[in-house]
Amino acid sequence: MAATDVDIFSNEEKRNLNLGGHVGFDSLPDQLVSKSVTQGFCFNILCVGETGIGKSTLMNTLFNTMFENEEASHYQNSVYLRPRTYDLQESNVHLKLTIVDTVGFGDQINKEDSYKPIVDYIDTQFENYLQEELKIKRSLFNYHDTRIHICLYFIAPTGHSLKSLDLVTMKKLDSKVNIIPIIAKADTISKSELHKFKIKIMSELVSNGVQIYQFPTDDEAVTEINASMNAHLPFAVVGSVDEVKVGNKTVRARQYPWGVVQVENESHCDFVKLREMLIRVNMEDLREQTHARHYELYRRCKLEEMGFKDTDPDCQPFSLQETYEAKRKEFLGDLQHKEEGMRQMFVSKVKETEAELKEKERELHDKFEQLKRLHQEEKRKVEEKRRDLEEEMNAHNRKKVAAETLALAQPLKKDKDRRN
Amino acid sequence: MSNSAQQKNLEGYVGFANLPNQVYRKSVKRGFEFTLMVVGESGLGKSTLINSLFLTDLYSPEYPGPSHRIKKTVKVEQSKVLVKEGGVQLLLTIVDTPGFGDAVDNSDCWQPVIDHIDNKFEDYLNSESRVNRRLMPDNRVHCCLYFIAPSGHGLKPLDIEFMKRLHEKVNIIPLIAKADTMTPEEGQQFKKQIMREIQEHKIRIYEFPETDDEEEIKLVKKIKERLPLAVVGSNTIIEVDGKRVRGRQYPWGVAEVENGEHCDFTILRNMLIRTHMQDLKDVTNNVHYENYRSRKLAAVTYNGVDSNRNKGQLTKSPLAQMEEERREHVSKMKKMEMEMEQVFEMKVKEKIQKLKDSEAELQRRHEQMKRNLEAQHRELEEKRRQHEDEKAQWEAQQRQLEQQKLEASRTLEKNKKKKIF
Repeated sequence: MAATDVDIFSNEEKRNLNLGGHVGFDSLPDQLVSKSVTQGFCFNILCVGETGIGKSTLMNTLFNTMFENEEASHYQNSVYLRPRTYDLQESNVHLKLTIVDTVGFGDQINKEDSYKPIVDYIDTQFENYLQEELKIKRSLFNYHDTRIHICLYFIAPTGHSLKSLDLVTMKKLDSKVNIIPIIAKADTISKSELHKFKIKIMSELVSNGVQIYQFPTDDEAVTEINASMNAHLPFAVVGSVDEVKVGNKTVRARQYPWGVVQVENESHCDFVKLREMLIRVNMEDLREQTHARHYELYRRCKLEEMGFKDTDPDCQPFSLQETYEAKRKEFLGDLQHKEEGMRQMFVSKVKETEAELKEKERELHDKFEQLKRLHQEEKRKVEEKRRDLEEEMNAHNRKKVAAETLALAQPLKKDKDRRN
Repeated sequence: MSNSAQQKNLEGYVGFANLPNQVYRKSVKRGFEFTLMVVGESGLGKSTLINSLFLTDLYSPEYPGPSHRIKKTVKVEQSKVLVKEGGVQLLLTIVDTPGFGDAVDNSDCWQPVIDHIDNKFEDYLNSESRVNRRLMPDNRVHCCLYFIAPSGHGLKPLDIEFMKRLHEKVNIIPLIAKADTMTPEEGQQFKKQIMREIQEHKIRIYEFPETDDEEEIKLVKKIKERLPLAVVGSNTIIEVDGKRVRGRQYPWGVAEVENGEHCDFTILRNMLIRTHMQDLKDVTNNVHYENYRSRKLAAVTYNGVDSNRNKGQLTKSPLAQMEEERREHVSKMKKMEMEMEQVFEMKVKEKIQKLKDSEAELQRRHEQMKRNLEAQHRELEEKRRQHEDEKAQWEAQQRQLEQQKLEASRTLEKNKKKKIF
């Protein structure tokens, strides 16, 4: 929503007018600030580093408070992320701080997938925001923003170079989150070694194309300090919550037999620089970059994945309504298609079964016909036999009759013979 | 991933108390935008008031005010000016409506205004919804100053109609124009009457935000008592008691624009510009725009789908809604498929059963006929046997008879021979 940016894009005439007195809109920034203060701020830090490298201690030192933390073991099966949210207040400013710890990072034997849970976590926060933004009824102004604003990458103080795990992880994260690399436990490196180490790290980052967060130099108020700090990256930090008496002051420090490393002494380590840059000067810019760059990139990729486009094939811009309507048409068409498909399948199944059953019916009918014929045949045979028998019986009867007739005539003959 | 926040106390300096300063710095660098709409019949002093509010010649002979630009139909026109004060840059857009309420028949003269506001919402919604969104200029109307003619008798039907139709689209601040035509008592009466009518018609004019700040509560209370604000504007500067003030010179005195006892101009200016400008933008963004957006998206999502049950739970994005509809559809199809399957199975079973029955029947009949035939066979056989028996018997008899006869004839022959001798 930049007034100055609109100049380029709008071709409406804009007149510059002089004011004849004090109107009072110079209080606008104050009005805006007072609203933000009332609403409260939120900030989310992701700490990536090996177990025991000093992540929790640094957080405690940065925010001057004891965040509770169980010490992690080295025996995690895989990396997991542990977010914790705290409500802090300094003067009238309320800050909802979320610290996300990567537990088990660097402990596994096979670290190929170590970066995955981290990337997934960051993407999930983007996704949650995107879902809220896309809702029909949404309340963005009181949404608890959990997107990661800064990733502090803890580099082990080997003094030589970055580990391959570091390069791989940072490369996967640099397009998703603002990264500030820091050298942890810097009190184990001497000044000259440190200088060489920093140069080596930066050149490795550059040659591998890793984009780390650059403190902005476009605002005159902070150009100078940011530019000089950019040259001190990566910050070599020491964290401590223990207090040690030095001279007549009590400072946070680490007590060694050979001396006291003071956390807030700029010649001992870069802790103060980190605090200045991260919290005092650029916290708002980190939030802005997360929203305007990293989140927008995520959103753009996600929407393109879902098939949204800004212009149709003729390069005419789509209105939101058209886009949704097109999607909806596609969706309904798809549903209808599925329904049709199911129906078709069913119809063909029915046809098939019908054909089968008809076939069976025909077979049965054939069988019936066959049996009928057989039966007819048998019947005919029986009839024939019956006729034969009847004929025989008739013949026999005729014989009988003939014989009887003869017998009747015989006794006459006998009588005749007797008379003779 | 909800973890409730824990309260922690800081043991020392951290530095995020500087965050507001960072926000301040960035906002100044970005610059500010504000769109103000003025609506009212011609001749009510709208241009003069705007010029007085911003202490500049926004409207001038080269850029005449709405009353000098009346066309045949109500138009909505805007002009942009860039002003700077104390390092803060403001891009001010003034939207006016020449012709509003000036025709003989003013039906629907609010429609171009509604259309304009909706168009700006639509533009913002589209640019917010693009895949590639870089710059989102905010041209939404943040505030509408509605000028009421100082009749002294109450609101006109047009006033009521306009406010009723626009109170849910834009922050309305009703103003009594040309307040120097009323005495303080007349003014009081008029104000009371107007507020009564506004309440009666359930018109929601701009409300001040809730606050815990004592000072602010007092301030807001004072403003509320004076609503609607009665204003006077002037383009001329007059000398009064050695001071140069904006005012209107009458034979009987000078009505001073910035004198709190003469009119409520100062209250308006302070409220509109110095204290609540940001809130006007926030309410436009969080309330009016969101209402527009959710209505628009609900229409697109539920296009053609009768889902009254869903209207209450607009907690999903249109895409999530489609996903749910898809799931519902899948389960509906499954059910349908199952039902069809069942019916199909049943019918097939029926048919098969029928065939089986036919087959059984056929078999039975066949068996019966076979038995029948066999019975006939046996009967026939029996008859034949009988016949054969009888025949054999008879033939035996016959043979016997023959034998007898032969013997008898032989005996006769013998006797005959005996007799002869």
